[in-house]
Amino acid sequence: MENNQYLDMFIEETKEHLQQLNEQLLVLERDPADHDAIHAVFRSAHTIKGMAATMGFEPMVWVTHDMENVLDAIRNGRARITPDHMDVLFKAVDLLEAQLAAVEEGADLAEIRTDEVVQGLKRLIEAPRSGEGGTVLASGTNASVPASSGSGSVPAESAAGPAFVLDAYQQSVADEAKREGFGVVQIAVRLDEGCVLKAARAYMVVDACEQFGELVKVEPAVEELEQGNLDLDIRLLLIMKQGTPEAVRRALLGISEIREVTVEPWTRPASPEPSSPPGHAPGPPSIREKFPAKTEPAKEPSPNHRSLKSVRVDIERLDVLMNLFSELVIDRTRIEELAKHSGHQDLLTTVEHMARISSDLQNLVMTIRMVPVDTVFNRFPRMVRDLARELGKKVDFTVRGGDTGLDRTVIDEIGDPLVHLLRNAVDHGLESPEERRALGKPETGRVELVAYHSGNHVFIEVSDDGRGVDREKVIQKAVERGLVERSEAQAMTDGQVFDLLFQPGFSTKDVVSDVSGRGVGLDVVKSKLEQVGGKVQVESKPGQGTKWIIQLPLTLSIIQAMLVSLAGEKYAVPLHSIVETAVIHRQEIRDLHGQQVIPFRGRVIPLIDLERLYELHRDGIREEENVLIVRRGERFAAFIVDEFLGQQEIVLKSLGRYLQQVFSIAGATVLGDGQVALIIDCNAFLAA
Amino acid sequence: MEEEVRELDREVKVIVFQLGSEEYGVEVYQVLSIERMQKITRVPRTPAFVKGVINLRGVVTPVIDLRARFGLPEAEYTDDTRIVVVGVNDMEVGLIVDAANDVIDVPLSRIDPPPAVVGGVKADYLRGVAKLEDRLLVLLNLDRVLNAQEVAQLSAMSW
Repeated sequence: MENNQYLDMFIEETKEHLQQLNEQLLVLERDPADHDAIHAVFRSAHTIKGMAATMGFEPMVWVTHDMENVLDAIRNGRARITPDHMDVLFKAVDLLEAQLAAVEEGADLAEIRTDEVVQGLKRLIEAPRSGEGGTVLASGTNASVPASSGSGSVPAESAAGPAFVLDAYQQSVADEAKREGFGVVQIAVRLDEGCVLKAARAYMVVDACEQFGELVKVEPAVEELEQGNLDLDIRLLLIMKQGTPEAVRRALLGISEIREVTVEPWTRPASPEPSSPPGHAPGPPSIREKFPAKTEPAKEPSPNHRSLKSVRVDIERLDVLMNLFSELVIDRTRIEELAKHSGHQDLLTTVEHMARISSDLQNLVMTIRMVPVDTVFNRFPRMVRDLARELGKKVDFTVRGGDTGLDRTVIDEIGDPLVHLLRNAVDHGLESPEERRALGKPETGRVELVAYHSGNHVFIEVSDDGRGVDREKVIQKAVERGLVERSEAQAMTDGQVFDLLFQPGFSTKDVVSDVSGRGVGLDVVKSKLEQVGGKVQVESKPGQGTKWIIQLPLTLSIIQAMLVSLAGEKYAVPLHSIVETAVIHRQEIRDLHGQQVIPFRGRVIPLIDLERLYELHRDGIREEENVLIVRRGERFAAFIVDEFLGQQEIVLKSLGRYLQQVFSIAGATVLGDGQVALIIDCNAFLAA
Repeated sequence: MEEEVRELDREVKVIVFQLGSEEYGVEVYQVLSIERMQKITRVPRTPAFVKGVINLRGVVTPVIDLRARFGLPEAEYTDDTRIVVVGVNDMEVGLIVDAANDVIDVPLSRIDPPPAVVGGVKADYLRGVAKLEDRLLVLLNLDRVLNAQEVAQLSAMSW
């Protein structure tokens, strides 16, 4: 099949819709009356169906088709959502995911069993109908026949006569159009026998028809028409969006070299719907048929609906791009200098312009590498839900900070560790509902996943309000495993004790469950995170819950910073630690036990002497000084700078492995002119 | 016998650079690039031989003054001054040298273990000394020269 060029697009878009399905189904599970969610789910299923049909992935069409029928019944109020509905629909999404994975690997779709899910969907479709008579559902149930036939290879008997052979998808599009009150006409066009430009005429015919509405089907397929692969007859099925059949006829007759045109209303074949057998896919798909979006009325666009426009780029190519760009910046700086020397005005202006463009470009290149953590987080709600059901626990799972940006390479590595920690939280952390009730806690446990930028790192926290980690149990286990001596264990801080959890082969749960507790989890989590330069630690209070805190490196993450100059050097200060900028008079600076202090908002805060700390040499002493006031929690500090150079997004880079842990330096960034500016870690001045 | 001959004939390709009157060598596979002197951003509270960091095609790379590292008197930077960027143990570091202008093949048979001190540089930092026809080449042991732990300790001390 010639749709390789569309395959990537299909996979990418289907993934997005599957994600949308998962998300919206979760919304629906929480609030079965949420109409937006039902519509969103329906739309995604419908779109997947359309795309799969175009690509010839019939098994995916069957599944989505039945999903649609189930959802349609819900949408029209003919069926109520039951937990059974949710389970079956979730399973259907899983099946679609498996099918898509097979498509991606080039495996045979027929290998994946669909019967269980399809039967489940069928059962749901049947259920409401038995109560209310099937008229309303008629079109849906008819069209679902190919799915029930399993192989979908019912021969197309009704092809005789003027009726079109439509596949399940086209059928449903036509049905739906009729249901919505649009006229559907079939058009037969015969070209003159002496026609020379058949392809051109055919193109004009298609074009003319599209002035009146939506073409459901063209025979021969559009691509064949474009290549001139046709005799004299073209047949089209058109959903009339405007005009009359007669107008269509006249428009078509207006095209030269057309002998004959008939336009008549289309009626669906009465016999059970034959679908074209898989081998007889209706030619290469035409781009016009590819997106069924227009036939689906675009009412109530879901606010969550994301843009589908994306391009996949190899991360290495981005690295190369970024490095090439940096070289360009260096050369630009050189040209700037040369231009200044030459004093040539036009050259100077051009170089200035170039400088502006290249700094925009630089920001762009750097942000391209950033991916919101959502790309990893978005599969977790579903996972937690399934896990909770499996374990018979009630979980209220919330995600915050999904838009926090993280470098692509880091993103790729954090998925597995987070899965471990979340499973751990639900399985080990949370008590069963009965247990919780007995403890006077709400039955529904809370699990929270939070991401945020702070103190020059990206933090991701997984917390639960469960039973917490039992210090004694940990010690006991660690002693049993010979990880520590009991005597030294007693003297350890909670932090040190909890760190034992990350030792290889450590597990506190005595019963090894299917979910976690094999003791292979936490040390793997730790080493995986360390690979990307991250850290993980635990905070826990018995009976109140556990919080896993992952700290990820700032390498390449982008933050907002204030650029300042001091003694001829430029520094960047992360904006999140800055409270404000101020001007102080020299006489406001006091000396308190050898520490310079200044008044600030009714308190006295230390004035950090960066000049001395960094061994800088400023010229002279000013009467008025610019100060930057920074904070960490309730601690404040100030330091003097020469100038505020403005605020900008910077890309955090490490100083390299050779320079680890330099006091008060969190890393460096490359400025627009190619120079390196150090990033000041204010926390160092604010430590307890 | 033949094996032995081949062993003796084996050569290593070495980048040669100058520090004062001495010539030093680093095996070519450890050298990533050779750069002209450029603006170095000073990093405070690091050992004196750490001159700072530079932007090397988008990668922030630490730079050390090799003279200072070896405890030799520091010299003014000139047009000949080069930064030899080396990669060792996943670290990339620039070494400031007086000049770098040669690549030569050194037969392994010509390399002798280093005497205790060569031109004021401790044997610890050296891999060996190659005696060539008209010159003496000191081969560096970069694993020892670039010791991140040592730097961290020195940095901590300076605080």
